[in-house]
Amino acid sequence: MLGLNSKDTKFLLIVIFLTLATPILLQPFPEGSGMAQFNAGYPDLMQRFAIYGIFAIGFNILFGLTGYLSFGHAAFLGIGSYSVVWMYKLLDYNVIWGLPLAIITSGIFALAIGFISLRRSGIYFSILTLAFAQMSFALAYSVLTPLTNGETGLQVYRSDKQVLLGATEPTSPHFFGIVMRENFWEPSVGNWQFTFNNGYYFCAIIAILAFYLSLRIFRSPFGMMLRAIKSNQQRMNYTGLNSRPYTLAAFVISGMYAGLAGGLLASMDPLAGAERMQWTASGEVVLMTILGGAGTLLGPVLGAGFIKYFENIFSKINDNVLHTWFGFLPDGIEDFMVTIVHPFVGKGWHLTLGLLFMAVVIFLPGGLVELGQRVGRLFRRRDINSADAEAKAAKQRANTPAE
Amino acid sequence: MDAILLQILNGLDKGSAYALIALGLTLIFGTLGVVNFAHGALFMIGAFCAVTMQRILTISQTTIDESRTDFLGNPMKVETPYVENWFGPELGGAIIDWAVPLAILFAIPVMICIGFIMERGLIKHFYKRPHADQILVTFGLAIVLQEVIKYFYGANPIPTPAPAAFTGSFDFGVLLGFDPNAIIYPLWRLVYFVFSLIIIAAVFGFLQFTTFGMVVRAGMADRETVGLLGINIDKRFTIMFGIAAAVAGLAGVMYTPINSPNYHMGMDFLVLSFVVVVVGGMGSLPGAVLAGFLLGILESFASMNEIKSLVPGIDQIIIYLIAIVILLTRPRGLMGRKGVMEE
Repeated sequence: MLGLNSKDTKFLLIVIFLTLATPILLQPFPEGSGMAQFNAGYPDLMQRFAIYGIFAIGFNILFGLTGYLSFGHAAFLGIGSYSVVWMYKLLDYNVIWGLPLAIITSGIFALAIGFISLRRSGIYFSILTLAFAQMSFALAYSVLTPLTNGETGLQVYRSDKQVLLGATEPTSPHFFGIVMRENFWEPSVGNWQFTFNNGYYFCAIIAILAFYLSLRIFRSPFGMMLRAIKSNQQRMNYTGLNSRPYTLAAFVISGMYAGLAGGLLASMDPLAGAERMQWTASGEVVLMTILGGAGTLLGPVLGAGFIKYFENIFSKINDNVLHTWFGFLPDGIEDFMVTIVHPFVGKGWHLTLGLLFMAVVIFLPGGLVELGQRVGRLFRRRDINSADAEAKAAKQRANTPAE
Repeated sequence: MDAILLQILNGLDKGSAYALIALGLTLIFGTLGVVNFAHGALFMIGAFCAVTMQRILTISQTTIDESRTDFLGNPMKVETPYVENWFGPELGGAIIDWAVPLAILFAIPVMICIGFIMERGLIKHFYKRPHADQILVTFGLAIVLQEVIKYFYGANPIPTPAPAAFTGSFDFGVLLGFDPNAIIYPLWRLVYFVFSLIIIAAVFGFLQFTTFGMVVRAGMADRETVGLLGINIDKRFTIMFGIAAAVAGLAGVMYTPINSPNYHMGMDFLVLSFVVVVVGGMGSLPGAVLAGFLLGILESFASMNEIKSLVPGIDQIIIYLIAIVILLTRPRGLMGRKGVMEE
C-alpha cells in the first residue's frame, strides 16, 4: 500500500494509530489521583510532541542517513516561525499561507547554507553550520530588527494590515475556520478526562505525512545512496560518483522539515522569537535524535517525545511532591532522599538530561531504539536460532568501519 | 590614529581570553586527538574558582557590638570575616581585596584535578570512537557541569571585583605622545593581557625547553613510535590534559573582574573559541594564539561606529564570517600543518 511493502505498511499503520490515539494513550491516570501529574494528554504538550517529532525526523534524514552532524538546524526553525508570523501580519490568521512559505524560505536558506557548508565534512561541517546559525541569531537580534522585532519577538499587532481578514474570521491561528487553540471534543469517562484539540490533530496529520515521507526516503535508492555516503564517502568518490548533490538534497530536505516545524510552532502560538535560533536549540534536536536512536525511523520521534515529556514532568516535581513520594521511609532517610533527588528535578531537569544524554552516548550509541531491541532480544533468548543470529549480528557490527 | 590604537587595545582583552581557551583546546586536540566541547565549561569553572575563593575569604563571624544600635534600637550585629580577625583589619582586608589573584593559587590544583578526572574517567574511552561521538559526549558533559554550577551558585551573575589597586584606568595616550584622555584603558584589562602573555609563554616554554615538553611534542608528531621507544606517552598526555584545563581555568579566574561570571559564560566563549581554533588551524598552537588575538582585535574594530554605520550588524557576525571564508579557502587554517584534519 502507498508504495510500501507489507511490513512497512503495518509499521506506518501502527504509527498512525499511536499518533491519532495520543490524547487517550497519554492520559492513563484518572483526574485527581496522585498520578495525574504524569498525564501528558493536554494540548500544549501534545502539540510540542508532534512538532518536535517533525523537527527530529527531518534532522535524522541528514544526520542519521549521511552522518553529517549539523549544529545549526535551529536557524531553520526560527526562519519558519518568522515566515508564518509575517503571513499573519500581512494577510490573515489562516495558516495555509504561512506554512508553505515557511517550507520554501527555509528550503532556500538551507540551499544557500548547505551549498557552502557541505564543501567540508566532519567537525568542519559542524562548525560551519554552527557559525551560520549563530550569525542568523545575532542578526535577528540586532540589525534585522525591522524584520524580526529583535528581543521582543515578532507578533501580530492591531495596527497590522491583515488584508484578507474578514469580519467574521477568527482572530487566532486557524485552518479555514478550524481554530487551532480550540478543542473539538472533551469527553470524560468516569474520572478520566480527555481533550481532543484541533491544533494537535492538525500537527499530528502533518507529522504523519512527514513520517511517511521520511519512510519513503529511507527505503528509496536516494536513501540508500545517503547511507552509502555515511559508511564510506571516499569509496563513493572513487567510483566516480559526485556525492555532493545527494548530501545537499538531504540537507535541504531536513532544513525544510525544520522550517515546517518552526512554522507549526508559530501556528499554535502566534509568536516568533530569535531565541528559537540559538545554538542550544540546535543542540536540543541533536539530543533528541541521538537519545531516540539516530538513523532509525522511529528513534527521533521517540527521542523528541521523551525529552519534551520529561522536561514537562520533571520540571513540575518540587520538594512537596518528593516528600509525598518518600513518605513511607523513616523521617531521617526521607529528608536525605529528598535532598539527594532535589538537584535532579524541578529546575535541575537539564542536569538529568545531560547525564542521561552522556549515558546514552557512552553505553547505548543506538539510543532508545537499541535499548528496545536489546530488551526484546533478551526475551527471545529461548529461541534456538537467536544465539546464532546474534553472533552473526555482532560479527557484522564488528566489521562495519567506524568511520 | 588614536582611535585605531584604542580599538587594538580594546580587542586585546577578549583576544587574550580567546587565545587562552583556544590554546587549551588545541593542546587537547593536538595531543589526544579529542574535540572537547566541554572546554568552555572548564573556563567557567575557573571563573567560579575565583567566586569560591572570594566566598571562602569572606566567611564571617557575627559579633554583637553593644556600642552601636540598628534602626530598631537593638544592638547591632557586626560581621567580620575570620581573615580580618586573624590578620588584623589591614592585612585581612588586603587579602580579601586580592581574592581574584589569590584564586589563581587555588584554581591551579583544582583545575588540574578536574582535568585528570575528566580524561581518565571519560575521555579515555572515546579515543577510538568517531569525532561526532566525542563532540556529543563532551557536549553532554558541558551541560552537566554547567547545571551543577547553576545548582550551587544560582543563575545570576556574581560580581567579583578586581583588587582596588587595579580598578582605575590607565592613560595610555600620554605615554605615546597623544593628548591626555585620548586613549584610556582599564588597568585590569592590561593586567589580563600581560597575564595571558605570561601563561602563553609558559606553555610554549614548557613544551619547547623541557624534556617533558620534548616528549610530548614527539608524541604529538608520532604517538606510536614514542610509545615503542618505551615511553609512557598516555600518562604524559593525561598531564597535558590537566595543564590545558588549568590554562582554561586561569583564563576564567582572571576574567571575572571584566565580566561577572554566570553559569553559561562557558558556552558563550566555547563557540567562539572553536571558531578561533579552526581559523588558526586545528592542532597548531601558535595558530590558536595568533587567531585568538587577531579575531579579538577584528571584533573590536568591527564594533567601531564608523564601520557599523557602513556595514550594519558587522560587529555581531565578523568572527563567523571570517571563519567561513577561512574554512572555504584554506581549510587547514592560518597556520595549520598540512594534512591534519584537512578533509
